[in-house]
Amino acid sequence: MKIQHISKVLRRDRDLIIMIIPVIVFFIIFSYIPMVGLTMAFQDFIPKKGFFGSDWVGLYWFKEFFTSIFIGRLIRNTVLINVYSIIFGFPLPIIFALLLNELCNVRFKKIIQTISYMPYFVSTVVMVSIMMLMMNYPDGIITRIVVALGGPQTNFFMDPGMFRTLYVASGVWQGMGFGSILYIAVLTSISPEIYEYAIIDGANRFQQMIHISLPSMRTTIATMLILSIGGIFSVGYEKIILMYNPATYETADVISTYVYRRGIINSEFSFSTAVGLFNSVVNFIVLWIANKISYRLTEVSIC
Amino acid sequence: MLNNFSVSLRKGIRHTHVFDIVNIAVMLFISAVMIYPMLYVLSMSFSSFDAVQTNKVTFYPIGFSLTAYKMALSGSGILTFFSNSVFYAAVGSLMHVSFTMLAAYPLSFENFCLRKVVNVFILITMFFGGGLIPFFILIKDLGLYNTRWAILLPGLTSAWSIIISRIYIKESVGISLIEAARIDGGNEFWIFLRIVMPISLPIIAYLGLTSAVGHWNSYFNALLFLQDRDKQPIQVYLMRVIIQNTRSDFTAPAGPEQIAMQHYLQQIKYATIIIATAPILLVYPFLQKHFVKGIMIGALK
Repeated sequence: MKIQHISKVLRRDRDLIIMIIPVIVFFIIFSYIPMVGLTMAFQDFIPKKGFFGSDWVGLYWFKEFFTSIFIGRLIRNTVLINVYSIIFGFPLPIIFALLLNELCNVRFKKIIQTISYMPYFVSTVVMVSIMMLMMNYPDGIITRIVVALGGPQTNFFMDPGMFRTLYVASGVWQGMGFGSILYIAVLTSISPEIYEYAIIDGANRFQQMIHISLPSMRTTIATMLILSIGGIFSVGYEKIILMYNPATYETADVISTYVYRRGIINSEFSFSTAVGLFNSVVNFIVLWIANKISYRLTEVSIC
Repeated sequence: MLNNFSVSLRKGIRHTHVFDIVNIAVMLFISAVMIYPMLYVLSMSFSSFDAVQTNKVTFYPIGFSLTAYKMALSGSGILTFFSNSVFYAAVGSLMHVSFTMLAAYPLSFENFCLRKVVNVFILITMFFGGGLIPFFILIKDLGLYNTRWAILLPGLTSAWSIIISRIYIKESVGISLIEAARIDGGNEFWIFLRIVMPISLPIIAYLGLTSAVGHWNSYFNALLFLQDRDKQPIQVYLMRVIIQNTRSDFTAPAGPEQIAMQHYLQQIKYATIIIATAPILLVYPFLQKHFVKGIMIGALK
């Protein structure tokens, strides 16, 4: 009975199954096999010997990492970059969306929106290149402005103290416009009647914004905040690799760039896989905790 | 109700509140900050040599000149890198759209026997992964190192693309339409190609455009896997020229031309940036509508 049912269903869905097979193969190859590759973290991996021939060393590489002199710096840099990014980068799309929503002239609004998306479409390489040219030492335009305003004349990219500022500022520049799309959509779905009632009650524009517009975005803001905080242990290497150099490792080197240097450049496969695995696990745990806390507080969660 | 609304609306518009003035000022300031870097680079690239050397350029080109562009475009193979980027963007997005839609179609049916399993299978990949090192070793072991496939294959699809595509197909293509086609005897491939795809143009636009822009702007995989210069995209070239500051990339036959190029080096960098990013900047205002739509669909999820 059961087998007849199964074979009937398989025949009915035969074409669909054929259509889905390529994707399954794709994910097996590009997502799941690398997961198996994580076993390198527990081995003394030598490419010639492969996965099944290399010796097992258990938690040796993890111990190496935990006792290394760099671990404090790496964790600190990763977390701080994210914390600064959230502090400066999280409120701005919200504020921008609120202000944009208050614009009366539709044409002006659309133009401003289009302009605000532009930095998002600019590639990381282009953006870092522009930064390096404008802050070129000694004759970049921003360097000259800083000196004219009384600041120090230094090469900003060689100064560890400036790195986080440059990274976060450029991140905000790129992300504000695009990041506001979601909030703008929420705002446009508020019924105009609510504003009318507020106007009748004597609320001015600013009060309308604070008491109507802002609360309507509560759920969206909470969700985005969870996601941001949940990602606090995760910083991508792509932009940092373009921006950092040995002089700024002190503040610029994060876990993912360390994995890149030790793993790809130095070919220390096992060690760097272990560090990467540690990063992923911590990431997941933090996201989980953030989700649980938020659920307790606001009944909002992403699960 | 409508009468009240229009009355209050008119009352509101009659006065320009202080709020509006401040708002407009803030918006203009933000726009200026967004535009200025691009404007500066553009101005520097079109200015004359003297203006650049004496730091006169601020908001607009001074002493209009195309020399920087002539030099940037000649003698360093930039056109190869540019056409490589075009190749990866065009072919990559075509592959991404086809592959993703092909997978999303079966997954949009409630009673597809493998639906739940495959959905979970794909969802897991959004949260777990091997990381950079296993990925690197995988590409090498697959024999894809230093081939164009190293760029094209990993970008075939993603969990995110499949999820929003299957949501879209489910919501926007009526199941009744498909049922009718099935009764009429069409097989699934025919239904997919002739019925579902044409109706799914908005999501196809989103997939294609995000994939194309993503490929055009990416540099890391190419940096990692492409050793041959003739396969490299333009972002890698830009990175070498400006961020790594390797002068050897500006090759020209030795002689007065090469010496002239050294003088113009700073300005050539500005021109190269514009060349690398002009296609995106020219096209993005028309694309943004689709990006926004895609995000909306994803937000629902």
